[in-house]
Amino acid sequence: MSLVLDHVSKVYGRGAIAVRAVQDMSFAMEAGEIVALLGSSGCGKTSTLRMVAGFESVTEGAITLAGRRIDTLEPASRGVAMAFEGYALYPPLTVAENIGFGLARRNGRDEVDRKVREIAELLEIGDILERRPSRLSGGQQQRASLARALAREADLYLLDEPMGQLEPQLRAILRGRVKALIKERHLTAVLVTHDQTEANAMADRIAVMEGGVLQQFGSPDALRDHPENLFVATFIGEPPMNVLTAERCGDGVALGGAAAVAFPGLALPPGRRVMLGIRPHRLRLGEGALAGTIVSNQWLGDQAHVVIAFADQLLVAVSHHKVAVRVEEKIAFGFAPEDAHFFDAATGAALRHGGEG
Amino acid sequence: MALHKLLRAAALTLVLLFFLFPIFWIVVMSFQTNEEILRLPPSLVFAPTLANYTALISGHLQTASGILDITFLHNLWNSILLSTCSVLLALVLGVPAAYAFARFRFRLGEDIAFTMLSFRFAPPLLVLLPLSLYFQDLGLNDTYIGLIWIYQLICLPLILWIVRGYFEDASPDIEYAYRIDGHSWWRAFTRIAIPLAGPGIAAAGLLSFIFAWNNFVFALILASADKQPVTVGALAFVTASGIQYGQIAAAIVLSILPTLALALYAQRWLVEGLSLGAVKG
Repeated sequence: MSLVLDHVSKVYGRGAIAVRAVQDMSFAMEAGEIVALLGSSGCGKTSTLRMVAGFESVTEGAITLAGRRIDTLEPASRGVAMAFEGYALYPPLTVAENIGFGLARRNGRDEVDRKVREIAELLEIGDILERRPSRLSGGQQQRASLARALAREADLYLLDEPMGQLEPQLRAILRGRVKALIKERHLTAVLVTHDQTEANAMADRIAVMEGGVLQQFGSPDALRDHPENLFVATFIGEPPMNVLTAERCGDGVALGGAAAVAFPGLALPPGRRVMLGIRPHRLRLGEGALAGTIVSNQWLGDQAHVVIAFADQLLVAVSHHKVAVRVEEKIAFGFAPEDAHFFDAATGAALRHGGEG
Repeated sequence: MALHKLLRAAALTLVLLFFLFPIFWIVVMSFQTNEEILRLPPSLVFAPTLANYTALISGHLQTASGILDITFLHNLWNSILLSTCSVLLALVLGVPAAYAFARFRFRLGEDIAFTMLSFRFAPPLLVLLPLSLYFQDLGLNDTYIGLIWIYQLICLPLILWIVRGYFEDASPDIEYAYRIDGHSWWRAFTRIAIPLAGPGIAAAGLLSFIFAWNNFVFALILASADKQPVTVGALAFVTASGIQYGQIAAAIVLSILPTLALALYAQRWLVEGLSLGAVKG
């Protein structure tokens, strides 16, 4: 075990104005693992990171790193390195001096130079090493900040939106390189991001947060195939999962009172109201027992997004071929029983995924 | 375009003349005798004399009614001592306080900061009467310590509020980055926060030095002759045999010099501050 958060909470303010930014957060990650904290802004992911770094006090709970309890230690003695969302470079120092800053005391000059140059080449900032932060673009400053964190030797690397300012192409390249570097050196890293593509590309496991509460902690595959609740199901995936209200009846469910779909072996009592979720690329167009009206049909260059009005709701279907239907036309559609996810209508908790019991 | 430049130069000359002429005239006066100064019409043609300066430096003033002792140099020393110590004390107290107000939220924080600012609202004369009574009871009347303490009313609020703004402008993440690199809170404060706010500290220090230097009423009421700064000491030039304009002019020139020297020295920091300010964003 490397980093362990044990029932950690963060409360800002006191009494009536108290805000619970993080509530009862627990997870454990292995050494050499990359974990992403994923969520929209204000979900508590940065607060969590700053508690691990020591910039925010922990209201309740304990944080352990490499077997040491660290939540009461000074930031200086926690053994963590961090890349800041706001870069936080030292203004009077050059990029090279910034990156080498934490190295100077333990290593020789040549060793520091070599390490700085190596990490700078990796992040494509080798040509701006002699410049000061004030003369750099946001993306360059961000990479310098990331380089400064990765150049250090630490038990844990905290990366707060480390690539948010980069051009899309560069971001894709650097994601791969940074992940390879972290894996090659067997580093342990926590990545904070609101971008699920970045989380999927870099992380071994993802902690999805919302409203200060950890919604699910699992691998990208687990989040996609076995979301534990409706929030995770609709948050992960682009476009988001379609959700329909349904009621248990006969040998399946009734959708919006209009049509029924058979689900042999569904272990739910008759009359139980549930939410039925289907991912857009699992909806099959032109075949199946259901029928709706086309609202829009967009070809995005490599896939088609078709919006269908069905039982007073809008469903999105993704097809990798052009779909020859026009707006206002009727279309038949359906889905395989193993692609359906069932959630409790009241709590949103997952009841059943696909063909499982 | 040429006309535009010409007008600009003319306007600048006019502004400079307007502001610098009194100073130029005082410098000229300081090299003249009282008779030359008072003649009508005034003339720029005169035989320069150093008599005013020698009188100030030797401490003996030759007047129509005999020799008068003046303590100008001692007054100048008092001014330097009082202003320097006041500003240093205000920096020692004010910079950490400004940092606390900028970085930490605590109970009554804003109220305390505003109370400090409100010291500048009070008319000094209103405060001075009760204050001089208290000072007599405390034995602080006519002491350097008492004056330096009371000068904090001038220096501390200025330093607190100017420096606080500079601390607030600097991202706390830079200090966090330093601390997470293995440095203590105190080192982050002294090595990162203070240098980043350096221009603000220099500007606030310079401003409060000038305000302390130019203060008149506090020292007039609370100090006797041997603790008085130049501002109060200048009253001695109004003598029974007339006003010594030449000496007053020389005294002004001499008492401007320390502040001018400090301002020129601090300018380096101020300019550096402007370029550092461009780092943000």
